[in-house]
Amino acid sequence: MSGKQTLVVVGNGMVGHSFMEKLVAAGGLEQYQVVVFGEESRPAYDRVHLSEFFSGRSAEDLSMVPEGFYQKNGIDLILDEAVIAINRDTRELTTNKERSIHYHKLVLATGSYPFVPPVPGHERDNCFVYRTIEDLQAIAQAAGNSKVGTVVGGGLLGLEAAKALKDLGLETHVVEFAPRLMAVQVDDGGGAMLRQKIEALGVQIHTGKNTRLITDGEGAVHQMQFADGEVLNTDIVLFSAGIRPRDELAKQAGLVMGERGGIVINNDCLTSDESIYAIGECALWDNRIFGLVAPGYQMAQVAVDHITGKGSSQFAGADMSTKLKLMGVDVASIGDAHGNTKGSLSYQFIDEEKQVYKKLVVSKTKKRVLGAVLVGDADDYGTLLQMMLNGIVPPANPAELILPQSDGSASAGLGVAALPETAQICSCFNVSKGDLVGAVAAGCQDIASLKGSTNAGTGCGGCAQLVKQVLDHELTQLGVEVKKDICEHFPHSRQELYHLVRVGELATFSQVIEKHGRGMGCDICKPTIGSILASCWNDYILKSDHAPLQDTNDYFLGNIQKDGTYSIVPRVPGGEITPQKLIVIGEVARDFNLYTKITGGQRIDLFGARVNELPAIWQRLVDAGFETGHAYGKSLRTVKSCVGSTWCRYGVLDSTSMAIAIEHRYRGVRSPHKVKMAVSGCTRECAEAQSKDVGVIATEKGWNLYVGGNGGMKPRHADLFATELDDETLVKYIDRFMMFYIRTADRLQRTSVWLVNLEGGLDYLKSVIMDDSLGINQALEDEMTHLVGTYQCEWKTTLESPEKLKRFSHFINSDQPDSNVVFVDERHQIRPATKQEKIQLKEVI
Amino acid sequence: MSQWTTICQDEQLSANLGICALVGTHQVAVFRVKDQVFALDNFDPFSGVNVISRGIVGDLRGHLVVASPIYKQHFDLATGQCLEDDTVSLNVFPVRVHEGAIQVKPAPLVRHIAEQVA
Repeated sequence: MSGKQTLVVVGNGMVGHSFMEKLVAAGGLEQYQVVVFGEESRPAYDRVHLSEFFSGRSAEDLSMVPEGFYQKNGIDLILDEAVIAINRDTRELTTNKERSIHYHKLVLATGSYPFVPPVPGHERDNCFVYRTIEDLQAIAQAAGNSKVGTVVGGGLLGLEAAKALKDLGLETHVVEFAPRLMAVQVDDGGGAMLRQKIEALGVQIHTGKNTRLITDGEGAVHQMQFADGEVLNTDIVLFSAGIRPRDELAKQAGLVMGERGGIVINNDCLTSDESIYAIGECALWDNRIFGLVAPGYQMAQVAVDHITGKGSSQFAGADMSTKLKLMGVDVASIGDAHGNTKGSLSYQFIDEEKQVYKKLVVSKTKKRVLGAVLVGDADDYGTLLQMMLNGIVPPANPAELILPQSDGSASAGLGVAALPETAQICSCFNVSKGDLVGAVAAGCQDIASLKGSTNAGTGCGGCAQLVKQVLDHELTQLGVEVKKDICEHFPHSRQELYHLVRVGELATFSQVIEKHGRGMGCDICKPTIGSILASCWNDYILKSDHAPLQDTNDYFLGNIQKDGTYSIVPRVPGGEITPQKLIVIGEVARDFNLYTKITGGQRIDLFGARVNELPAIWQRLVDAGFETGHAYGKSLRTVKSCVGSTWCRYGVLDSTSMAIAIEHRYRGVRSPHKVKMAVSGCTRECAEAQSKDVGVIATEKGWNLYVGGNGGMKPRHADLFATELDDETLVKYIDRFMMFYIRTADRLQRTSVWLVNLEGGLDYLKSVIMDDSLGINQALEDEMTHLVGTYQCEWKTTLESPEKLKRFSHFINSDQPDSNVVFVDERHQIRPATKQEKIQLKEVI
Repeated sequence: MSQWTTICQDEQLSANLGICALVGTHQVAVFRVKDQVFALDNFDPFSGVNVISRGIVGDLRGHLVVASPIYKQHFDLATGQCLEDDTVSLNVFPVRVHEGAIQVKPAPLVRHIAEQVA
């Protein structure tokens, strides 16, 4: 025998697993032989993000358990088996598979179960709860032959569940007993605003409804009958009316319980039996159940400290403030949101135009922030939470904290400078302000690297704004300038310039610099504004006003090479080309003695063209039906594809046709940097779509869309953005993605870096594009429609203008070529002569 | 000593768009910026190719400049001085607008030693 005592953990949910990780970290396995029971078939997974199961995250993606964690540490993890009895006298457990096991210490992490109101009919088929992956699988299956889904419960989880039903394509209803949504967290004003916003997203809300009966429906599976006589026909009923502690095991064992359930624990998380602990949602501390994961994690730490004797933390309650995004709507609740504290004062701000509601609760003396409710704009969450937690005195007029500033920027808030070093910024990963300050000083000087090194902001993302503020503040302290001015001529970032051009309807560089800049401009701001003007208005880029703004590549519509010659890339949409066109390219290359090479983007690059040769070469190409390939532009390059279902044994959709359609749609659209796309016909992914800015992969059920991938210098795997899209939705999403990128990215910022630096990250991008959280989707689509409608082949336009063609000569006063351009032969093609070779050739002559 | 050489008509030189002229055997980049005309070497000493006339013009820290289209160094249009590297500069040539024509003198105002191959 090892002589170790046996520790049994009942429950392998998020808190049960957190306990195990903390126990291992504390070296508890040296003291205890550990056995863990889980009644579900899989080890702990992320229940907080359960709804993402419907937007493409698999059960594996949701898993909380690192590969081999239990085996490697010699922990017995017994799944699919429930403990059904505890004999405290003999310290023995019995399971539903008739296993008995002796324990020295026992930890109950049995969690909670969804409360189902005892409405007659609640056990009918197609009535579900929302707790496990199995629940979700059953819901998804039922949704296949359903039209209408109804969630019972308008709380936090209920609205999450409603989003899931909506994502499954159902007409969605929410039925709530209370007179408002999220009754626990928000007040009447906030609830009303939330309702307005969620209804605008197409979810129908029914408040103050007491369900009396669920019976056979008319034209649907069920009919819900309410106390007020009204009825609702629905195919699916999903109960999400709150949680109840899973305490039956403890109750049977005779542990002290709360009046309304819950296993009573003390500050050490010990129950009334000194060898049994309870943690998480099954535990009752100070007559309260903590239905959030963070307090559960705190309890896990307290229990580990007590069991191992290696720490002395105590559970002292937890802040239940929350910030979340429900169907793209920001909602936050801080502290005493309802103003229940005696003598407290509150301030409210309502903006009906932008659909924002804010309430601030302060103490009678106005010296303390007690709570807040934020709906529609929760940017102040981090600031207000920190003020409450750290007892920071609000300004003399506390309303300033929630009122918008007259210049349109965010409310006054507090400087992050006011926060103590110990202030917790990221509660998911327990990162303090001091941790962030240290990381910045150690060299993390942008959001991406700061997130990478501290994990701050990578959990719920609620603190992203605050992390950014700490970063900016620290950089300023360190003397690093955080200006985003693109150059000395404009005190603006690219994003700001884009808006100034768009909103001010500015059409030329001179107008822009006159109104918003100074001086003459330079080789940074001129091409940037040239590109912005093209992104907005899509004029011919060599129009006299615009020509001096263009880099030589855009100016000569080719790619300059090291010897001053240009390369030429005709567009080959989707990489599909006829033999006849291949022959034309071959003939042109042969006749003009050009070096040819196949590009990575499935087309052909012709090198070594002198400026004066470009028009004649392009005349031949245009006559043969080619268009410019924009290889020179900060714009769409190629849409790579495989042959898809047309030829391939494995293809499930016609990737080539889709690639061609996409390439034709976005060709010529000027963007902050070049954009590459690809379409694969099946998940074998031969077009390598996941390394592109926009990647599309066919599945049996439609297209999966990936964004933000990159190859090149800093490869990045694209993020899965949306799944199983039809053609129309796919194009709509790409339209919005492209325009949102064009609107907001920095100069020469690829989508990969843009996405990493985007506050709120992928979730935010999804909320903008899929839930229209900013209300801009119509504008984004209209702007893209304009760009698509005004496309022109720049070479065709140029060839039709004798005036423009005059520019294509090396000398203004001679037809001679540039004698400094010299080629030599290599592998039967030309290449530029080296400096040495040029000297030798000169000597020979 | 040398003579004014007409390289083109006045209207052929647009504002802020460079051109290249062959003056004798020498390549000269000519620009019109803010109603002034400038002439410099067309040869870019950093890349070793004749491309200065294709650069974007503008102002930087008080200098009127052209940026090389290859590696983007900036040259002062009036003096030829490179802003990023004070050991490098371009030759600057006398240039004028005379009776509707742009004229250049092939002898540089200041001769810089630029290593040229061609």
